[in-house]
Amino acid sequence: MNPHYQNRIELLQGTLDLLILQTLIWGEQHGYGISQVIRVQSGDVLQVDTGSLYPALHRLERQKWIKSAWKLTENNQRAKFYQLTAAGRRQLAEERSRWTQMSDAIAAVLKPVRSE
Amino acid sequence: MSLFNRQEKDSDLNDEIQSHLNMAIKDRTQNGQTVRDARNSALKDFGNVLLVKQATREMWSGASLEAFWQDLRYGARMLAKSPGFALIAILTLALGIGANTAIFSVVNGVLLNPLPYPHPEQIVSLFTEMPNFKNGSISYPNFEDWRRMNRSFSSIAAYRSTGFNLSGHGEPEHLHGEMISAGFFEILGINPLLGRSFSADEDRLGANPTVMITEGLWKRKYGSDRTIIGQRMVLNDVGRTIIGVVPSTFHLHIQNFQRGGPANEVYAAVGEFNEPQFHNNRAAGWGLDGIGRLKPGVTFEQARADMDRVSRDLAAAYPDVNGSKKAYLLPLKDEMVGDMRPVLLVILGAVMFVLLIACVNVANLLLARATGRSREFAIRIALGAGEMRIIRQLLTESVLLAFVGGALGLVLAKFGTAAAIAAMPVTMPRAEDIGLDQRVLLFTLVVSILSGIAFGLAPAWKTSRSDVGSTLKESGRTLAGGRSRAQGIFVISEMALAVVLLIGAGLMIRTLIVLWGLDAGFSPHNVMTFSFSGPASYKNKSPDLVRATQRQLHDKLASLPGVEAVSFSWGATLMQSDNEDYFWIVGRPMPRLSQLPMTLRYLVEPEYLKAMQIQLKRGRFFTAADNEHAPRVAVIDESFAEKYFPGEDPIGHFINTNTDPDDPDKAPNPQIVGVVAHVNQWGLDSDSKSPLHAQMYEPIMQVPDSALKRGGLASDVYLRTTLPGVPSFEEMRQRLSEVNGELVVFSPEPLEEIVAHSIGQKRFAMTLLAVFAGIALLLASVGIYGVLSYLVGQRTQEIGVRMALGAQRFHVLQLVMNDGARMTLVGLAIGVIAALGLTRLLSHMLFGVKPTDPLTFLAVATLLCTIALLACYVPAHRAMRVDPTVALRYE
Repeated sequence: MNPHYQNRIELLQGTLDLLILQTLIWGEQHGYGISQVIRVQSGDVLQVDTGSLYPALHRLERQKWIKSAWKLTENNQRAKFYQLTAAGRRQLAEERSRWTQMSDAIAAVLKPVRSE
Repeated sequence: MSLFNRQEKDSDLNDEIQSHLNMAIKDRTQNGQTVRDARNSALKDFGNVLLVKQATREMWSGASLEAFWQDLRYGARMLAKSPGFALIAILTLALGIGANTAIFSVVNGVLLNPLPYPHPEQIVSLFTEMPNFKNGSISYPNFEDWRRMNRSFSSIAAYRSTGFNLSGHGEPEHLHGEMISAGFFEILGINPLLGRSFSADEDRLGANPTVMITEGLWKRKYGSDRTIIGQRMVLNDVGRTIIGVVPSTFHLHIQNFQRGGPANEVYAAVGEFNEPQFHNNRAAGWGLDGIGRLKPGVTFEQARADMDRVSRDLAAAYPDVNGSKKAYLLPLKDEMVGDMRPVLLVILGAVMFVLLIACVNVANLLLARATGRSREFAIRIALGAGEMRIIRQLLTESVLLAFVGGALGLVLAKFGTAAAIAAMPVTMPRAEDIGLDQRVLLFTLVVSILSGIAFGLAPAWKTSRSDVGSTLKESGRTLAGGRSRAQGIFVISEMALAVVLLIGAGLMIRTLIVLWGLDAGFSPHNVMTFSFSGPASYKNKSPDLVRATQRQLHDKLASLPGVEAVSFSWGATLMQSDNEDYFWIVGRPMPRLSQLPMTLRYLVEPEYLKAMQIQLKRGRFFTAADNEHAPRVAVIDESFAEKYFPGEDPIGHFINTNTDPDDPDKAPNPQIVGVVAHVNQWGLDSDSKSPLHAQMYEPIMQVPDSALKRGGLASDVYLRTTLPGVPSFEEMRQRLSEVNGELVVFSPEPLEEIVAHSIGQKRFAMTLLAVFAGIALLLASVGIYGVLSYLVGQRTQEIGVRMALGAQRFHVLQLVMNDGARMTLVGLAIGVIAALGLTRLLSHMLFGVKPTDPLTFLAVATLLCTIALLACYVPAHRAMRVDPTVALRYE
């Protein structure tokens, strides 16, 4: 068993919801698309595990932050597209501000070390 | 979420994942990969499809149902994989749950269910409360006044047991029956199968004689002839018109009414009972009891107060006979259930203990099995299954086990209960109400679920808490420490529970030993009892002819080979029926009638003492010379002598039993000629509790003519034989019919059985407690055996090392035995403490034994230790045989 597996899951679990919601702000997207967007935008650093992505999508849908519909892609393939709801937008705003707060806080803590 | 919805969602998820893969493949092929490479790499990137699906499904609301089915299927597969384990667990549970279902169905039928009559709570039993008896019989004149004066009953009816000789329809035979008031069946809401019940007009002196017969007799004697109504039937030489057929579904187990005795087959109206004494003598009881239905809205307490008022008025009107009597009311259900309630509740408690032990045993099995499965669960946990998920999985499995066990137990209970009740030495009241109804099924369901959780929880908890890393690394063999602690606790609790049951059973066994060893004052061995009754025409024959015929009958029996002594008996019969009268000692100032003391009266023949082997204490017993021409004599028992002749010789005193001024028998008073030992009239265990002990014997031949006329040619018979069953009842019957072909001879029963029946309830409790304690001991021994075997298995290597280092085989044996002994002793100690508290509940059933009887406690401790050590010896012996070289190679 990979010893880092659990650490990575934890990192993603805290932020995956935020990343998904953020991705959907540009418009509706399917699961594969979401994972691609996150990977490309993070410069290949963040690999979204399907085992986390799909449970997260279904959980967010149950919480009514996103909704889904089957549609055709540009390549004419059937796919389930997810779309932000009004509640999802509010949630995204909240999570963004929390994330900003947190990253600022972490940056503040880390700063003196870097200045040395 | 419905299952249908769920399937839709499932296929939606499949589509979603498929579309994800399709898009990934398409992207890869567009980037120049071959389709095959693209597919492989897309699948590889995606990861484990099944795991993703499962993780996603768990996000859906109601995923628990899905998980439940999955757990159930998985559990069933796991059980099927270890059929030996499953079989033992299921059988253990079936035994526990089955026994509980059976006992609960009895408790439910007898105690919980309402009586099968409309508004059963309105039905009340009525008796006369006297200084000697709470539920004494009612005199008919008093009954008529009760009926007239009460304001709380919509109707009351009287009834008394009787027997009829049926003649003119095949072989003459004796039928058991009741005389009942008009309205009796209406009170109970029983409608005749055919015809009607008695009208008020038929229920009075001089009415045209009518009769109702039971469905059973109707089928047996009349081939279910539907034109039976209006036909005539000759009972006691009186032609009676059949007016109705009582359905066989009607059962009523109350005082003097089918309780323990043979089933009734005929009913006559009590009001037309052609016996002036019955109608006119306010002091005589005639075995009459009452039953009534309260008016709607009247409570039991109000009715009691109302009848108290009626009793006071009657006491004022007839101070002589009613001065110390009052009506005694009892809800019919209490009357029917009698003192069975505490017995059944104790048995129910005991059987629940058995189930607890069964659960502990299965929990032990599960724990042992969990060891083999710890890797399986470690892997599942590593793959992301939560602790709760694992616990749920294990609980599903144990509840599944409990359900299968419960279903099997239900089958056992269904077929076992009736058979068990029939085999029990007691007449279970309301036996026909016992069955598996909804409440019993619900009980079994709840008990199954609870036991599944009870025995599954601890193993599940333990397993789920196991440390993933070490389990995977160490091949699942290092958890023994934690497990053995849990198993130790299990074994200890099993032992403790078994100890409590064993002590309960032990106390009951001791009680019965005491009872069987009790000197009842007579010896029932090789004594046969039966009754005969001749044609009613004998009531009109001369007393001398009746006496002559009696002597003839007596001689016929006495001359049969193998007969040692014969005595006819009127009046009270031991442990079957009582007959008591007021009396006074001649020469002492006589108080008023209602203040007079009472004595039991036995009218017997000279050989009675020999037949019953009752000891003569002083003076003499009767001889053939004490006949109708000789001065009247009487013999009293020691209780009588002690109570009424303290420090005085009773012999020579005269006893006045004609105390009732209305009694027509103005015979001379008998003189006491002897004193005999006291006999146990009321049953082995209840004689000492009864307020009426004085006993008095008189010779049958000296019965006054008027009483002889009332009795006619009929008697109970006690007959001592050299060998049991020789001569046979049939031989005796034939001998007697040589004297008179119309004589009906009936109800043969060994006196020993009658005596045994008197303690039937205690034997019932003892039998069940002993069976349950036996099962408990067996299960507990299997438990300790299993645990020690397991521990020895776990410690094989350790033992090997010890032996390699020079430990003697004996030390190894000691090592293992010590483990077993420690668990046994701790269990024993806890059990003894618990038993000290719990056996108090048994105290009302014990006789001659204290609930804390040290001998029982000691015996149980010895028994338990012996059995437990035997159970430990087998695995200990195995440990001793461990070959160090093999054990060390084990790892």
